[in-house]
Amino acid sequence: MSQVKKLSHVNYKKSFSLTILGIIGLLGIFAPLLMPHDPFAVDITRKFLAPSWEYPLGTDHLGRCVFSRILLGIRYSLGSALLIQMIAIILAIFLGAFVALKRGMIDFLFIRICDILLAFPTLVLAFGLLGLLGPSLKNVLIALIFTQLIYYSRMIRSLFIGMNEKEFIQAARISGTTGVGLIVRHYFPNVLPIIVTIVALDVGKVILEIAGFSFIGLGVQAPIPEWGMMVNEGKQYIRQHPELMLYPGLAIVLVVLLFNRLASSLKNFE
Amino acid sequence: MYESTWMFCLKRILTLPFVLLGVSILTFVFIRFVPVEPAEVILRLAKVAPTEEAIQALREELGTDKPLLIQYLLWLIGVLQFDFGTSFVSKLPVAHELFAKLPATIELAVAAFVLILVLSIPLGILSALYKNAIIDKIIRLFSILSVSIPTFWLGFLLLYLFSLKFGIFPTNGKGTLAHLVLPALTLALPTIGLFVQFIRSTIIEELQKHYVQYAQLRGLKNSVILMRHVLRNAAITLTTMLGLTLGNLLGGAVIVEQVFSWPGLGRYLIESIINRDYPVVQCYVLIIAVIYVLSNLCADVLHRVLDPHLMTKGRRD
Repeated sequence: MSQVKKLSHVNYKKSFSLTILGIIGLLGIFAPLLMPHDPFAVDITRKFLAPSWEYPLGTDHLGRCVFSRILLGIRYSLGSALLIQMIAIILAIFLGAFVALKRGMIDFLFIRICDILLAFPTLVLAFGLLGLLGPSLKNVLIALIFTQLIYYSRMIRSLFIGMNEKEFIQAARISGTTGVGLIVRHYFPNVLPIIVTIVALDVGKVILEIAGFSFIGLGVQAPIPEWGMMVNEGKQYIRQHPELMLYPGLAIVLVVLLFNRLASSLKNFE
Repeated sequence: MYESTWMFCLKRILTLPFVLLGVSILTFVFIRFVPVEPAEVILRLAKVAPTEEAIQALREELGTDKPLLIQYLLWLIGVLQFDFGTSFVSKLPVAHELFAKLPATIELAVAAFVLILVLSIPLGILSALYKNAIIDKIIRLFSILSVSIPTFWLGFLLLYLFSLKFGIFPTNGKGTLAHLVLPALTLALPTIGLFVQFIRSTIIEELQKHYVQYAQLRGLKNSVILMRHVLRNAAITLTTMLGLTLGNLLGGAVIVEQVFSWPGLGRYLIESIINRDYPVVQCYVLIIAVIYVLSNLCADVLHRVLDPHLMTKGRRD
């Protein structure tokens, strides 16, 4: 339990990053209420407008409100990254726990398959998967969940196996706790802080990857206002209107920076 | 348990064929997961109506009507002879085109690698030695920023500032050293940030160890302790990271090449993905995986040679 307590202490200490991220999250959730304009409404007569009270960050090449698009983009950039991490870690916990408890042949096969999959650099594996599945938001989610899952399930397996010999686990086993009970009551609470740190550490990386895929045209497709896609759309106007690339890029940097700060504060405390 | 370096290398090299076999099976199966029939893609690209008979004829020609295992073996025999199939689009051998584009990507990755070594080591050492001083804070800010910036955006930022505003470097293309600076820097920067943080924390950790105090008691100069002992130990941990870096650089190059129109593997890959030119994608994934596996092997061996602890303790699992 002490580690769980430590964790909340860290959150209190490093509440700055968490507060701002919370506000950004709320902005994303309530984006439809807060957006001054429809982020998909095209109006060519109003293209490349300078920032004004009506359009806080001006308009893009199709006359769409950049501010509204960035607000809604929180859902696609941050939202997708959180979703990927959630699904990947939940699947990894099931898979890792299963393999760690079964051991034997299943464990052996699992490790060999992981070794082979880890022979591909993550990005290359994701590119390969996307190349086969075709570009779309759904396929980006699938490709990234898959690549994250390999690392996480392997990590959780070794965390669990590392605990097999601990006295409290053996005590629990002797008292007759088995299967799900053992995992939920004894293994899980002890690895939770490590899992939280690693998931937080990777959110930033995943946001960058989603944006990267959109940028090269293999991810989210226009007109969805994902931030990487917005940078991609703005790149043709880099000479005349560099601000179209600047704003969504800054949004990515801000969110990733906050996540990296949060994660490093969690890590330092361990 | 004593295990000599030679035994270790031999073991690692003997497991190599198995990993590579696994990689080849996976790459092959990968392509079979595609919901689209290769014969159909070829016909579509050739603007021929994909009728039943035409597809069947092409299937026989491609050999995709044979059982999967036979297909795999035929493919593997081809791959071992550097025959990776023909591109659906250009009708040329895939290997020919990919290997023609490989040098440009290797050039970019090597340039980035050199930048990483030259910049991150001194910055990491400075940051650790002046822990919590102004210079350390600046370096730490730089390193956390550099890992939080999307590479493509950074690329455009540099492009805008140095090419369009000040006109120091060319915007795109390849040839002179000036062409190489911006892409290599863009590719290197995130890894530099990562390495600086890593080197800093490793050195700080090493400095707190007893052998450093002992060396100080013996009256050794701080510079000698740093050069002979601390940095040597820190370098050991760095070698394993270097092996992983090359693979990440090759992956990252795909995005950077797109920003700077660098005529390498990455751009060709994107083009092929969009055209659904599967043999190219397959060959690319295979080549990168082989490079990655080999570079990891080199890093492991180097690690082993540098670290005398490992000789007595056997493998650290």
